[in-house]
Amino acid sequence: MDLLTIVQILDSTLRLATPLLLACLAGLFSERAGIFDIGLEGKMLAAAFFSAAVAYTSGSVWLGLLAGIAASLALSALHGLASITFRGNQLISGVAINFLAAGMTVLIAQDWFSQGGRTPSLFGGGRFEPITLPFADALANVPVLGPIYSELLSGHSILVYVALATVPLTWWILFRTRFGLRLRAVGEAPEAVDTAGVSVVGLRYAAVGICGILCGIAGSYLATGLQAGFVKDMTAGRGYIALAALIFAKWRPWYALGACLLFGLLQAVALRYQNIDLGAFEIPVQFMDALPYILTVVILAGFVGKAIPPRAGGEPYVKER
Amino acid sequence: MAQELDTGRQATAAPAIELKGISKAFGPVQANKDISIRVMPGTIHGIIGENGAGKSTLMSILYGFYKADAGEVFINGRKTEIPDSQAAIAAGIGMVFQHFKLVQNFTVLENVILGAEDGRLLRPSLAKARGVLKQLAEEYELNVDPDALIQDLSVGHQQRVEILKALYRQADILILDEPTGVLTPAEADHLFRILDNLRREGKTIILITHKLREIMDITDTVSVMRRGEMTATVKTEGTSPEELAELMVGRKVLLRVEKKAGNPGEKVLEVEGLTVTDEAGVVRLKGIDLHVRAGEILGIAGVSGNGQSQLLQVLGGICAATGMVRVNGASIDLSGKYSDGQSRRARGIGHVPEDRQQEGLIMDFAAWENIAFGYHNDPRFGAGIFMSHAEMMADTEGKMSRFDVRPPNPRLAAKNFSGGNQQKIVVAREIERNPDLLLIGQPTRGVDIGAIEFIHEQIVRLRDEGKAILLVSVELDEIMSLSDRVAVMFDGQIMGERLPHETDERELGLLMAGIQGEPDKPVIEAVDEMMARKQAEEEAAHNG
Amino acid sequence: MDRMPAWADAILVPLISLILAAALSALVIIGIGEDPIAAVKLMVAGSLGSTYGWGYTLYYATNFIFTGLAVAVAFHARMFNIGGEGQATLGGLGVALACLYIPWPHWSLAILAACGMAALFGAAWAFLPAYLQAKRGSHIVITTIMFNFIAAALLNYVLVNVLRPEGSMDPATARFPDAAKLPTLHELLAPLGIEFSRAAPANVSLVIAILACIFVYLLIWRTKLGYQIRALGHSEPAARYAGISPVKITIIAMLISGGLAGLMAINNVMGEAERLVLNAVEGAGFIGIAVALMGRNHPLGVFFAAILFGFLYQGGAELALWTSIPRELIVVIQALVILFTGALDNMVRMPLERLFLTFRRKGS
Repeated sequence: MDLLTIVQILDSTLRLATPLLLACLAGLFSERAGIFDIGLEGKMLAAAFFSAAVAYTSGSVWLGLLAGIAASLALSALHGLASITFRGNQLISGVAINFLAAGMTVLIAQDWFSQGGRTPSLFGGGRFEPITLPFADALANVPVLGPIYSELLSGHSILVYVALATVPLTWWILFRTRFGLRLRAVGEAPEAVDTAGVSVVGLRYAAVGICGILCGIAGSYLATGLQAGFVKDMTAGRGYIALAALIFAKWRPWYALGACLLFGLLQAVALRYQNIDLGAFEIPVQFMDALPYILTVVILAGFVGKAIPPRAGGEPYVKER
Repeated sequence: MAQELDTGRQATAAPAIELKGISKAFGPVQANKDISIRVMPGTIHGIIGENGAGKSTLMSILYGFYKADAGEVFINGRKTEIPDSQAAIAAGIGMVFQHFKLVQNFTVLENVILGAEDGRLLRPSLAKARGVLKQLAEEYELNVDPDALIQDLSVGHQQRVEILKALYRQADILILDEPTGVLTPAEADHLFRILDNLRREGKTIILITHKLREIMDITDTVSVMRRGEMTATVKTEGTSPEELAELMVGRKVLLRVEKKAGNPGEKVLEVEGLTVTDEAGVVRLKGIDLHVRAGEILGIAGVSGNGQSQLLQVLGGICAATGMVRVNGASIDLSGKYSDGQSRRARGIGHVPEDRQQEGLIMDFAAWENIAFGYHNDPRFGAGIFMSHAEMMADTEGKMSRFDVRPPNPRLAAKNFSGGNQQKIVVAREIERNPDLLLIGQPTRGVDIGAIEFIHEQIVRLRDEGKAILLVSVELDEIMSLSDRVAVMFDGQIMGERLPHETDERELGLLMAGIQGEPDKPVIEAVDEMMARKQAEEEAAHNG
Repeated sequence: MDRMPAWADAILVPLISLILAAALSALVIIGIGEDPIAAVKLMVAGSLGSTYGWGYTLYYATNFIFTGLAVAVAFHARMFNIGGEGQATLGGLGVALACLYIPWPHWSLAILAACGMAALFGAAWAFLPAYLQAKRGSHIVITTIMFNFIAAALLNYVLVNVLRPEGSMDPATARFPDAAKLPTLHELLAPLGIEFSRAAPANVSLVIAILACIFVYLLIWRTKLGYQIRALGHSEPAARYAGISPVKITIIAMLISGGLAGLMAINNVMGEAERLVLNAVEGAGFIGIAVALMGRNHPLGVFFAAILFGFLYQGGAELALWTSIPRELIVVIQALVILFTGALDNMVRMPLERLFLTFRRKGS
């Protein structure tokens, strides 16, 4: 395998890892605050549709992005209403949101565009165009580093860089700010936050809101960056892979980057090669597809370091003495 | 002298706290009825009452957890609305809850600043808190390592963090809810020294407790609550434990249990070298030796968390252990693989667990379903794979009438009975099996006085029938009055055995703190030294 | 005291939730420019107006009874088995193996073997998540989701690389032999003089589904095993105290749950498609969640909720055929039902409880 192939695979890895990373960090904010969210998939899907629909209609990808975020936030609000205000089962709420998004996107797409549950293809201002980093062309011919810089790092849409920047930002917010301290506390011991005179409900809604924004960006990237338009069920389980990456990362931002890049790599390899021939035997493509899920189960089983979720995760907060 | 000081203050200063006509109902239950108290600044005011008398509800109203249906709160003479904890903190009220409100995997510093940060960034807040903590430690003997994680601290130190949290928020009024329930007597003494220091600095303290001794030792004034009402407020100097007890219960109370001298027979339970290591690798029982004879009550005294629970769980078949346990001379399997609660019951061991709501009952099951709990495989409750509802119902009706469970309705869910009646259902289920050995933990926790007397009578009656009883309780009074022999547990070991009439609370208290014999230095120093040694050992074991 | 009488909890709360879900669905239909009343009429006519419609409604309902019971049994042990989809997928594989490789003389023998294999494969697919939950505390919701995806990949592999007949481009097995063909309701009811549509796929599996309801009722409320499952579901420390092994009961409950989900395959794979295709389950595993929530985890409730969803499914298909409303409308309705009966349960319950409390005060 030559350098160019490797760079191309890694380049594709970065693109594919971007929606995973954004969704994973979205889940990280929510779950660190004690709200489990298996509705990442649905929020991304809703965002993907509304971003594509608005980007197509208005011709502005930025308006599309805003619409995507708004749609995702609306579903976040629903999740908050169910799991924070009405202290419902967070898992069931997440399942409902996934179905709601899966159904509503097709329903509305059919109503608006009548193209069998998809949006028309986006072009021009309706898509996020690749950004060429400074000196990318000049450095392209430098051996080894040249292609890495100009092919791998340069030439992605702005949202890829946003996703990468979100990692240190998330770390900084969680571990260096007052908001982060409180957010982590509310996922571990909401009663401590409550008796300290800080609103548990407010913090959790804030966390769920951030989760909504990040999922919104993730979904928008799918429809306006990675691909050109919305098709039915286009998230294809990415929300669940992001959830798996979150467990893999043990709810930590830098680990999340690593996990998402790994899962992105698996997807990139599966896309490029159908069956991988290792000489003695062949790895079927289906195995590559299933690998993220298998790895997550192995991690969950605790054979490779135990993943301990936030202590108050999944439990609605009920005041008691 | 103190008397004059108080009256002098009353003339010049407004009360630190004044409650007027506070009422609060939860559904049909009137938790607080028209309650009024005044607490003067710089004093310690005790609030005493039975479980469910409404003490905690009252304090929760003061801390903004509940909203009172009626009544007014005055802080330092000014009428104050306390809609939430934020308002309570702003009014200078700090609260130390019975169950600590700490983030286990945060450091002490992080816990202290949580909610009281100075800006959006953490660094300056942490630096400031470090300085303040140092100062508070010197001022009030409140030493804690600011960088330690809460989960690594002893219960006593965690409580200090709670007090530090309140002081860091510049609380002038400190409410402590049952603060000594989890402390050794020596740790409790240290806490009282801290409280005394705080009082000297002019802080006002409200101490909620059900222990008469604490009220007599430290408070200046005391209020008694019964069934949601404030029955009396008196100066501590002018009252006696007997008077307070009578005010609490509303009638004369027998502080002792009537029982004849025991007539111990053969050894029913023999335990040798019993050792338990929990999932986290902590050794909970370190080679326990004990025995209980037929017709004898062995009481296990100790501060909760020193291995008593594990002892009951091993004997009850809930967790695995190593060592030797014999019942009626035959050894039982401790590996946990082939033995569990079922096989223990088959061997004639009855078990009233420490926590009836979490363990002893399924709260959502009806009484008739709970009566078969643990005995669901008994052929009497149905042959083959099916259960006989009729048999279970009939059995429940009989037990309910014999044990005076109210209301005597087998179809009522366990959660809808009062604590005392729940406990009667559990006790009836276990005692009527006629076990050779009864394990009974915290038999009267959260149980009203009437039911306490009834349950104590049943335990003594079982002993007089020649059964062996292993009693675990954190209430020293209960241990002293029921037991024929007392063993004291500390840190997973038996510190010593005593006969109730040959010992006193001071000696047992020292044993509970892990000190054998009379220490040659002040008790608290001996305890601190011992705790430090214990911690060093644990760390060494952890690293090794 | 309980705040609400049992009947209100069992019937009123789900009913109000259903009305809320229906009202919102109507708004959705109006939103896309269609007439909800006409839509309902069309749905009723298409799914209940003829034995053909009933045949489809009952066919779908049969699937949902199995998956709903699967979710309900796990719920009683306080586990959320979201893996019905994968378990039913594997059940299909079991049925295919049973039907393809053994020459059965008669369908009655074939269905017994198919039931056994379907339940066995479904249970086996639930085993690892159950074991990991019981022994290592791995959250069963996450592991069963993962197992759904793994099942899809596995089936894809098996169909493409192993079971696909020579020369076929279609990732599916060969058609099952005629002897393994299950009698439809038409054939079953004809001897009784009842004329039932010949074309509809409802078949003898419906009878097995009803038997499964009875089995689950007896299991949960009448047997010692059911007692232990419910006790564990309410409190694990209490179960330990009573000598009920959480590991054992967790695994058994999940095996039963997985087995029930797997059993669905006798209906969709053996009864309808008569061969195994990709994505044969078509989301029925997830609908089981809505059915169990709506049916309050009681077999009788599950039965009626399954019929309701069968009606929605068939009615939705009719809508998609005759109007511009896509089939995805059912997914929306399903989401709303899960939302209101599951996650927003308290939104319906709290005001009702207050209402009952007020009535009671006035009464006394």
